[in-house]
Amino acid sequence: MQKYSVFSLIKNAFKGHKDWEVAWKDPTPKSEYDVIIIGGGGHGLATAYYLAKEHNITKVAIIEKGWIGGGNVGRNTTIIRSNYMHDENGLFSEFGMDLWRNMSQDLNFNVMFSPRGIINLAHSDAQMNVYSRRGNSMRLNGIDAVLLNREEVRKIIPMADFSENVRFPIFGGLMQPSAGTARHDAVAWGYARQADSMGVDIIQNCEVTGFDVSNGKILGIRTSKGDIKAKKIGLCVAGSTNILAEKLNMTLPIETHLLQACVSEPIKPILDNVVTFGAGHFYCSQSDKGEMVMGGDLDGYNSYAQRGNLPTLQHVLTEGIAMFPFLSKLKMLRTWGGIMDMSMDGSPIIDKTHIDGLYLNCGWCYGGFKATPASGWTFAHTIAQDRPHKLNAGYSLNRFSTGHLIDEKGLGTKTWIS
Amino acid sequence: MLHIKCPHCGLRSQNEFSYGGDASVKRPELNKEVSDKDWDNFVYLRKSPIGKHLELWQHISGCRQWIKVERDTLTHEIFKTLKANEEV
Repeated sequence: MQKYSVFSLIKNAFKGHKDWEVAWKDPTPKSEYDVIIIGGGGHGLATAYYLAKEHNITKVAIIEKGWIGGGNVGRNTTIIRSNYMHDENGLFSEFGMDLWRNMSQDLNFNVMFSPRGIINLAHSDAQMNVYSRRGNSMRLNGIDAVLLNREEVRKIIPMADFSENVRFPIFGGLMQPSAGTARHDAVAWGYARQADSMGVDIIQNCEVTGFDVSNGKILGIRTSKGDIKAKKIGLCVAGSTNILAEKLNMTLPIETHLLQACVSEPIKPILDNVVTFGAGHFYCSQSDKGEMVMGGDLDGYNSYAQRGNLPTLQHVLTEGIAMFPFLSKLKMLRTWGGIMDMSMDGSPIIDKTHIDGLYLNCGWCYGGFKATPASGWTFAHTIAQDRPHKLNAGYSLNRFSTGHLIDEKGLGTKTWIS
Repeated sequence: MLHIKCPHCGLRSQNEFSYGGDASVKRPELNKEVSDKDWDNFVYLRKSPIGKHLELWQHISGCRQWIKVERDTLTHEIFKTLKANEEV
């Protein structure tokens, strides 16, 4: 594989940029693989990369119905954080933060990781208490957390609404300084390029139409490009999990819902951090191009549409304007939607299944992007070793029936309001 | 925007309604032995199909009645709305 560096850039500039190697190949599927990963999104690509890198398993195929990175890894708001209270989520995400910090070097691909800090705003004394509890839990797990008072928040984001007569005054906030953003497409492309260079076949425009299961063991898949045998198969298909589960006669604690995001027209730099509104569901950051990147609530009903409706967008942006009044002056540049695999406790599932050789990675709700490296790393471990790593042991499929839920928000099973 | 025909009030905009999830889920019967598996099915497991989906909505800013809606989860087309006690 051609190494990307300033020298290769200069060298290729002299040749008019005509000799760059392709970043990944477009192979036809072989008849058999050691491992097939279904889903060429961030998690699937990362899984294949770590299977090759950490476990020396390179006879691997990624099967993608569309094109790689066309799903949620290309549709998110690029936020990376580990500000969780529960041990399972905190330790898993913080492990991921270490992978994020080294990702550009590790992949030889600039993923533009920008640890600019995230601030969750609090709008009451009670919320400050909740945040101080969460901050303390984070610090016990080695995650950086700083509780800010109103004046400290004002110094960082003076453009927020600090006037006296607002419905939700800013009391303070919880900040994770090491959180941030990254260039989402680069994450998918970086993992794809490295996985391809280590022998992984990335097969795009290939739909999985069925599974070959015999005596409780997985034997292979049926696809639009023919049958492919495999010893082990990993499902990494986020919002499409239930569609494939139905082909396996499995019913899962997952519902698929729609989430919208949007960006404004680009403006000069104003916001250095990621900021979330505490009296509703709204988050905002500014991209390197200057657009305000915004998102919030689910549309609120089961959907596979990948496009949203106006009422939710209106509701979310009303919250945004309550937090940052200047947003009302901006024009909307783009809105889009993606489909989320909402689990019944808001936490993911990375586990084996009752079918021998079939592994499941789903339930990321709307927090999948930040989890990309840790998800790929632990899923690769689970597949290679045929048992979960201790980092994902809590993310078991049977935790719902045994009562070991990881309900970070304490909302229960109403996936559409979480 | 979705337009939902409330069987009590007629066609109204989505803003007046709140969602209540899969309407095909049946609570295990009262006063009977319920296995853990049945509770698990009822509380946590959902088919979440692509295509036709029977679901509960509440006309919260209208007559406040719960209703059933048969809707396509891919196209958002609404085929049929029913009173809560009616079967498809």
